[in-house]
Amino acid sequence: MDNPILVADKLGVRFETAEGPVMAVDDVSFSVRQGEFLSIIGPSGCGKSTVFNVIGGLLSQHEGTVRVAGELIDGPHRSIGMVFQEESTFPWRNVTDNVAFPLELTGMPKQNRTERARHFIKMVGLDGFEKRFPGELSGGMRQRVSLARTLASEPKILLMDEPFAALDEQTRLLLGDKVLQIQQQLKQTTLLITHNITEAVQMSDRILVMTYRPGRVKRIVNIDLPRPRTSDIVGSEAFGRYVAQIWADLREEASRGMRDEEDHMLHEAAP
Amino acid sequence: MTAATPARRFLAGDLAPAATGLGCVVLFFIVLETLIRTGVISEYIVPPPSEVVASFGRVVMEEHIIRRFFLTIGECLTTGVMITVFGVVGGVLLYHYRILRLAVETWVAALAAAPVVLAYPLFMVIFGRNAWTIIMIGFVAALSPVILKTVEGLAGTRKVLIDVGRSFNLSASQQFFKIMLPAALPTIFTGIRLGLIFALINIVGVEFLINYGGLGQLINDLAERYDLPGTYAAICFVILVSVVFFMTLERIERWLRPTN
Repeated sequence: MDNPILVADKLGVRFETAEGPVMAVDDVSFSVRQGEFLSIIGPSGCGKSTVFNVIGGLLSQHEGTVRVAGELIDGPHRSIGMVFQEESTFPWRNVTDNVAFPLELTGMPKQNRTERARHFIKMVGLDGFEKRFPGELSGGMRQRVSLARTLASEPKILLMDEPFAALDEQTRLLLGDKVLQIQQQLKQTTLLITHNITEAVQMSDRILVMTYRPGRVKRIVNIDLPRPRTSDIVGSEAFGRYVAQIWADLREEASRGMRDEEDHMLHEAAP
Repeated sequence: MTAATPARRFLAGDLAPAATGLGCVVLFFIVLETLIRTGVISEYIVPPPSEVVASFGRVVMEEHIIRRFFLTIGECLTTGVMITVFGVVGGVLLYHYRILRLAVETWVAALAAAPVVLAYPLFMVIFGRNAWTIIMIGFVAALSPVILKTVEGLAGTRKVLIDVGRSFNLSASQQFFKIMLPAALPTIFTGIRLGLIFALINIVGVEFLINYGGLGQLINDLAERYDLPGTYAAICFVILVSVVFFMTLERIERWLRPTN
């Protein structure tokens, strides 16, 4: 790949458990082009979130390397902006102050950062809610605040870990539209961790399918659907074909994961 | 559908609980007055509520109750500042140094349950018969909840908020002041509120015991003069002060937690 902005090379993570060491992620390598939208999909327990933590610099004990624009990353880095699966807004700050948080860290004067925050609040469609506190917003709105806060730090790579997992299907599709629109507008390089095939096909240029434990790269699928895209694309025939193709890959892994979980429970229940 | 009657609308409204509470108090006093007037309860032990109410004006005017009130409140606020400073700093230290927490957390919790007020002779030997004895007993009695709630608040900071801080590459002090402390603040304030209530109880109690200072001393004075209506009026005033104190703290807590 020519001049990738993100290169993950031979990532591996081993966790120590009561039953001995578990290889969560093994030999995962991939790269992401500038402006590309790559999704990582896999069954529960395949190590997707572990990959998220390694790339975001939150997990230092790992094998392999992560480079952003050629620079080796060994901890949290300003080039990478993270959006978490769990609700992560600061409940003591209103929407504007939440979004302005990364700007405040740079020492930007209050008036400038408020204006800048308003720009990103508008981008995620929350204008009119600037003075509201997270406790006064819905789950989807709070995730948009988190997204705006991360975008305000102007990262080179937007890293999202199942940001819509806790939302209902309709909100998820509409928020997917919003993320797509922003990604296309900013030409934002984006890496999405998800277990939702529809969401991955709707948004991605490429989808990396992971195997069940240890998480390895099973296949990388190019999504050749026209852009700009919206959630309307979910009704198209080509979309359905991609979903079927990825499900065929995932089904085997998900079944393996389910069997493994059942065996584990039986083993635990045995006298 | 029939229209709701005014009484039903009132019961469904915000005033209903307060009015019901007030009604219960009035009913209790009517029953008490009847029992005293009919001789079931001796009026030499419990004065009739009507006499207590009548003595309010006398107690306020002749016993300098406003000055005494400000004296007690001043002692409470001094104690409040002290428990906030030492309690929060103590809680932060206990949170950061695990060995320290494991070593003393049980003692701190035990201190919250200890009847510190009984140690008043020791405090009088150390500080003398003055306001500092009262303040220091209030401080020792009220410190534990602030320390324990500070530890609880910091330990309860959601991991994802700490991860957000890490993802923005915050330094250790930024992580503490911008994320952990604000996240813990509601729990810390609950500790301060509990501490101030403990402080008020102990301060009035010690004023009574050492016959020095504000409202507690007034109750002692009136009881020694066998002025039963006056004594009960002063006790009612202390209860009223506690209620106002508690409500003010609740208001401040709500103001500090705008999301709720």
